[in-house]
Amino acid sequence: MTQPLLSVENLSTWFHTSSGVARSVDGVSFAIGAGETLGIVGESGCGKSVTALSILRLIQPPGRIEAGSRIMFEGKDIVTLDDKGMRGIRGNRISMIFQEPMSALNPVFTVGDQVAEVARVHGNGSRQDAWNRAVEMLSLTGIPSPEERAKQYPHQLSGGMRQRVLIAMALMMTPALIIADEPTTALDVTIQAQILELLVELQNRLGTSILMITHDLGVIAETASRVVVMYGGEVVEEAEVKTLFAGAHHPYTEGLMNAMPQITASRGRLNVIPGTVPSPTEWPSGCRFRDRCSYAWERCEREHPPLYQISGSHTSRCHLAVEPERRAHPHLPLVEQANATV
Amino acid sequence: MNSDTPLVQPRGVAPLRGWQPSRGAAVAASVVLVIIIAACALAPLIAPYDPTVQPNILASSQPPSLAHPFGTDPYSRDVLSRVIHGGRVSLLVAVLATLVSVTLGTAYGAAAGYARGISGAVLERLLEALLSIPRLLLLIAVFAAWREVPIKGFILILGVTGWYGLARLVRGQVLALKAQDFVASAHALGATRARVIIRHILPNVLTPVVVAATLGLGHVIVLEAGLSYLGIGVRPPDPSWGNIIQDGSDQIAAHWWISLFPGVAIVLTVMAFNVLGDALLRELRPRQIETG
Repeated sequence: MTQPLLSVENLSTWFHTSSGVARSVDGVSFAIGAGETLGIVGESGCGKSVTALSILRLIQPPGRIEAGSRIMFEGKDIVTLDDKGMRGIRGNRISMIFQEPMSALNPVFTVGDQVAEVARVHGNGSRQDAWNRAVEMLSLTGIPSPEERAKQYPHQLSGGMRQRVLIAMALMMTPALIIADEPTTALDVTIQAQILELLVELQNRLGTSILMITHDLGVIAETASRVVVMYGGEVVEEAEVKTLFAGAHHPYTEGLMNAMPQITASRGRLNVIPGTVPSPTEWPSGCRFRDRCSYAWERCEREHPPLYQISGSHTSRCHLAVEPERRAHPHLPLVEQANATV
Repeated sequence: MNSDTPLVQPRGVAPLRGWQPSRGAAVAASVVLVIIIAACALAPLIAPYDPTVQPNILASSQPPSLAHPFGTDPYSRDVLSRVIHGGRVSLLVAVLATLVSVTLGTAYGAAAGYARGISGAVLERLLEALLSIPRLLLLIAVFAAWREVPIKGFILILGVTGWYGLARLVRGQVLALKAQDFVASAHALGATRARVIIRHILPNVLTPVVVAATLGLGHVIVLEAGLSYLGIGVRPPDPSWGNIIQDGSDQIAAHWWISLFPGVAIVLTVMAFNVLGDALLRELRPRQIETG
């Protein structure tokens, strides 16, 4: 990859609350090339949505992007850009698709009006031009009879239809990058597949890059070429999707893989990763995953693991990279041991 | 968005609890209002006499008759003509004062709800302080000090002292709306703050504001009547419903017609506004719930 479209370098977004500093995103780096789809995967609370909002600089106080963070996009550092410059990027060069198609549309305006507004915000063309373009975009996202639909209000549309409207809004200015934050989570499974297909198809047609944020590895498998796994506000593993599915290195990624229900597997209890993500105000010392890890040993408590290179572009934040023999001896994770003794 | 209580609770003229106006009642209220407003608007054409002329001081305080359906007052003026002209003043004062209140309340509420950090906290505390001032006492004090208040000043002061409740309501709504995804989405699409407030937040607040304004009108009519009755509102010889009641108050038992008819006009108008406001609240609520 020559010059990436977007490169996030050492991004830290901390929330300075009265009960302590929540280090929700803590030194995250990754890059997206033009036309590429990068997946960010992780549980709730791992910092993936905060990362997305940071890229658009939509973090509200008490949250802020800490000094030393850089987000380079088309030659500009988003972190230091002024408000006007930022508004020129939002919706124009980078747009975002929100998770909830129900609440991401304004109930008192027609959907056509809302799609057209994007063009009007970015100030080109007449009201009529914007409307025509909106209808065109609605049609492009596969909404049947777009001219009539454009005159309807959000509550008159189904969830899948509304998500298509949001995609139309996101694509209105043909941005270089779309951030899709769990774009299919709120939809029925059948609709999910349609929406993902649509995104991939539109990406191929328009050459847009996509940052696909999800907790669903299935979505990653279908759309992304590379994947970043986040845990505890950090990148814990990064790899090509094929590499990752062929053999995840980090125990957390392994857990996520095992937690995916397999249609071929015999019935029984679903695999889960024990415990929950610790609070961002008090990450554990050393490795942030160690309490929930079945390989953790004393080094994991003492030493915060760096991103080790596993092969080529595959990196993992786990000491197993240097002590691979430990993998042969899994044990009950600390959180489970605690439960067992109670 | 979540409460059954009227948004602006007019003290002393609270809509009846438990009784929900039917659509028929709302239509009837609208008809009553249209008639009253039309009569007041066309006062010079409709009123049979000049409301300020004292034609025959010997014919003072005449009971209702064919020539004077509402009787005459102690200065021999035609009470019907005075009620019609007085309604003009009372309604105009109420409408303009409510416009002032709604504008100030919506603007302040939107700013207080949208602002974050210190400025948001200051606006909120200031609003709480303003809400703790008893309006009627403040008005009596102001108008006692400013005895020759012109009608414009009277309207302005009524409006300026009447927006706190609405501001609190709007602030709450804006706080809730601000957290909605479509507001975040508008920001993410590059809209300016002003655009987000004006285009995405305020239209969603419009419903409760309209309801509050309707209920508020009734309140201001009562307030104006009360102040004018006390002699510190609309000054004679200009009639207003309040000061006509005052004209008849010292002989209420003997010359009941002087105070009764303007009183009936006030009750009818205020009730109609309240019924209409309640009906609007009920009609518009399903949409509000849907907006989440």
